[in-house]
Amino acid sequence: MIAVENLTKRYGAATVVNDVSMLIESNSITVIVGTSGSGKSTLLRMINRLIEPSAGQVLIEGKDTRAEPAHLLRRRIGYVIQGNGLFPHRTVAENIATVPRLLRWSSARVAARVDELLRVFQLDPGAYAQAFPHQLSGGQQQRVGVARALAAEPAVLLMDEPFGALDPIIRAKAQEDLLDIQRRFGTTIVLVTHDMDEAFLLGDRVAVMSQGRVLQYDRPTALLTRPTDPFVSRMTGLADRAMRLLSLTTAGEVAAPGGSSGPQVPAAASLRDALSEILWSGADSALVVDADGTPRGHLTLAAILAHGRPA
Amino acid sequence: MFARIDRLGALLSAAGAAALLWLPFVVVKANRIVPGEPRALFEVLPGAAALGCAAALLLAAVVAVGVPSARVRLAAAVIGISALALAVAAAGTALTPVGNKVVRIAAGAAFWVLLVCLGLMATDAITRLRPGPLRRILFLLIFLGVSVLALASGLFDHLSVMREYAVNAARFAHELRQHILLALGSLGAAAVVGLPLGVFCYRAPRLREGILGTLNVIQTIPAIALFGILMAPLGALAAAVPLAERFGIRGIGAAPAALALFLYSLLPIVANTVLGLRRVSRAAVEAARGMGMTNTQVLVRIELPLALPVILTGIRVVLVQNIGMVTVAALIGGGGLGTFVFQGIGQTAIDLVLLGAIPIVVLAFSAAVILDALVEVMDRAKR
Repeated sequence: MIAVENLTKRYGAATVVNDVSMLIESNSITVIVGTSGSGKSTLLRMINRLIEPSAGQVLIEGKDTRAEPAHLLRRRIGYVIQGNGLFPHRTVAENIATVPRLLRWSSARVAARVDELLRVFQLDPGAYAQAFPHQLSGGQQQRVGVARALAAEPAVLLMDEPFGALDPIIRAKAQEDLLDIQRRFGTTIVLVTHDMDEAFLLGDRVAVMSQGRVLQYDRPTALLTRPTDPFVSRMTGLADRAMRLLSLTTAGEVAAPGGSSGPQVPAAASLRDALSEILWSGADSALVVDADGTPRGHLTLAAILAHGRPA
Repeated sequence: MFARIDRLGALLSAAGAAALLWLPFVVVKANRIVPGEPRALFEVLPGAAALGCAAALLLAAVVAVGVPSARVRLAAAVIGISALALAVAAAGTALTPVGNKVVRIAAGAAFWVLLVCLGLMATDAITRLRPGPLRRILFLLIFLGVSVLALASGLFDHLSVMREYAVNAARFAHELRQHILLALGSLGAAAVVGLPLGVFCYRAPRLREGILGTLNVIQTIPAIALFGILMAPLGALAAAVPLAERFGIRGIGAAPAALALFLYSLLPIVANTVLGLRRVSRAAVEAARGMGMTNTQVLVRIELPLALPVILTGIRVVLVQNIGMVTVAALIGGGGLGTFVFQGIGQTAIDLVLLGAIPIVVLAFSAAVILDALVEVMDRAKR
């Protein structure tokens, strides 16, 4: 648990972050979303003290982050930035080994960890460990950036627009990978983005920021169905909020017993995708199947539509 | 093979041919100071030898104009240079009466023009071969090694420059050492001071303008003037502190020369350190800090290694500049190869000037080749 308490950052007369308090749950992904200049990056960097707050404090597992020198704190917190910030003069393996080396792990342990991470991120150690960053594609560089941040097994991972520089197809893959990584390592992830779709896709909880304040901090569904501020509604989008809501529920969750002559949709697909399938096929229901193809139940148009409005 | 006419080759061949036709190949002087009589290539060598040399030069010209292959061009240039060197050596031997130590046979204008033309052809061919940094250093070592061996062989001993060398051999070694010592010593001191100063300028932008501005002003002071400016305070220091004088710190001599060179060296090193650090990717530095490196670790592990190629470029500028500038140090008793240059000018003995000037050019050229190669090796590793 990360407790952000009355955090404020002022630069001269300008208040960039204004009295922000929020509780970030462990083993979850929290997304801070806002327009540029909303203070979201400043808020993130105050968590690992790259920026020192003007007022307020941050507690990680109940411990004040100011209790130890900032650089020691940062070695325990993973950090990923847009454009990955890989060290161009160091190999992929050396890049990933950065924090473990700072922590003086034994070289055998470092080597084993680097090897493990390269495999987790689908980079063949034989081909990529000794490569230099400029020899990798953008997507591979991004994966190395995340692997490097996770190298010393941090409990907390901070990500500042990590997928901003990627093209849409690679970005979608990177987002899926991040969800897998979070499940695998149980890391507490705090991610900053300006992209609402990304926030809804990744966030267990989403904080909407504007002009230095957190306007609403809640589950994505609540942001859609019970916005507390007109700005939140504008950010989430009024025109397609029903579709966004559908995208937050999977077909498997709604499937009812029974068969269907309509199209097959995977249980993991969102209701939005299932609706699209049904509309395209001209049927009025779909057959929900598990990953291995066994039928789980059916999904009617009416059941989908019922989830497209506030409960 | 004869694809089309090479423009540079045509120009070099024309210049070489014109020089051979209208300029003296060697100059014969009754003694070291009197004006000499010009002699053409065919006047000074027995027919077969002159024909052989002319044939080698013709081959080089034909290749220069019509053969695109860089290897063939390099080989032809090397053959041409060798023939030229052997011809001038043979002319020296042929024109010197046995036992005569007074007569001077000097290479004439045609020789120098041809040497420059063939040298340009060779370096152009080497550039076209695009050798890696290590191979370029290898080429340089071969060139230096062959030159030293050729000079040591005694083949050229009858030429006037070598006569001057024979007379001044002990002093030559001493002044060469002094020259290198002054150039490298002031560079070393400037690096020790300039690197931290550059880092400081980078970190403190407010003071940057002032420091770089001051160093810029120093650069604009002519060397002779700077020696003069330094003479007074160093002389006063020597008079006031006997210990200082015992360590060679005086108004004239090596101390003001070294100090002036040091001051000149600071600007390129400080400016390039700042430039190199500014070019380092912001994202890499941000990531390094974000992962828990201390400021020192960020500087030593990330910023300086990434800025190193640019810093080395500054050091290359300084070294080549210093090797040239040390020459002037001879004027205030600083020693170095400039001693021969100014002595030669004073005595109107052009051979003595060349004895100082040729090694200075070779030193500066070698320093440039070696440091360029070093910069490239670094740049390749740190991309």
